[in-house]
Amino acid sequence: MPVSKSFVFINRKAPYGTIYALEALEVVLIAGAFELQVKLIFMDDGVYQLTRNQNPTGIGMKNFSKTFGALGDYDVEQIFVDHESLNLRGLDATDLQPLIHGTTDGVERPSIKIVPRSELGDIIEGADVLLNF
Amino acid sequence: MKFTIQINTGPYTHQASDTAYQFTRAALKAGHSIHRIFFYHDGVNNSSMFSTPPRDDRNIQQLWSTLAEQHSLDMVVCAAAAQRRGILDQKEAVRHGKSAANIAPNFTISGLGQLIEAAVVSDRLLVFGD
Repeated sequence: MPVSKSFVFINRKAPYGTIYALEALEVVLIAGAFELQVKLIFMDDGVYQLTRNQNPTGIGMKNFSKTFGALGDYDVEQIFVDHESLNLRGLDATDLQPLIHGTTDGVERPSIKIVPRSELGDIIEGADVLLNF
Repeated sequence: MKFTIQINTGPYTHQASDTAYQFTRAALKAGHSIHRIFFYHDGVNNSSMFSTPPRDDRNIQQLWSTLAEQHSLDMVVCAAAAQRRGILDQKEAVRHGKSAANIAPNFTISGLGQLIEAAVVSDRLLVFGD
């Protein structure tokens, strides 16, 4: 491919109820494998995708939330969560599963950053390719 | 300008595939190029040749197949999304022991890498549907 581009994926839907969250994650992993600059945004009900201790067995669904743990291995290291969306749902950082990525100095760093909505605008504006799920 | 079109919803329930089709036709007519048309989520259902609408209605799958034939369009259906929803080519049908394949002419089943590559090399990626 001649040029590299930055991709921003916006995840707005709950992890279960529709397939969008699962199929978005499948695209994100492929984008990561292409070694592109990839940023993820979780907002609205999308923040539920990152919650810890998900157990959807009662509704007959596969718990795919563990796959988020692989994002760091695919160099997907910049994950932004909308503070307002968390707040509206009574959630905070302690409700989210910890996602980490390795760095060149061998230290593991957290990938998730909780940001105000105003900051999301800048991230979206900086994207070459924007995909909304 | 070089466009890639992504279609996320199936035919008939939503108008998104029709709109994408009209856009693609208009873009080609205006001299733009279409790098790829990528079918994802329920959008893969646009590629089923088992679709049999009433005679007085449009046949969306055939519209796409014909347009692709006329303009040598690269129409790609996501493999993982297609298998979940029962869209199979001959090879996949045999592999999974199914009695028939249903992917329509000029559609190709391939991977999500085709979407990422298309987004990188196109001037614009346009998404139709939810």
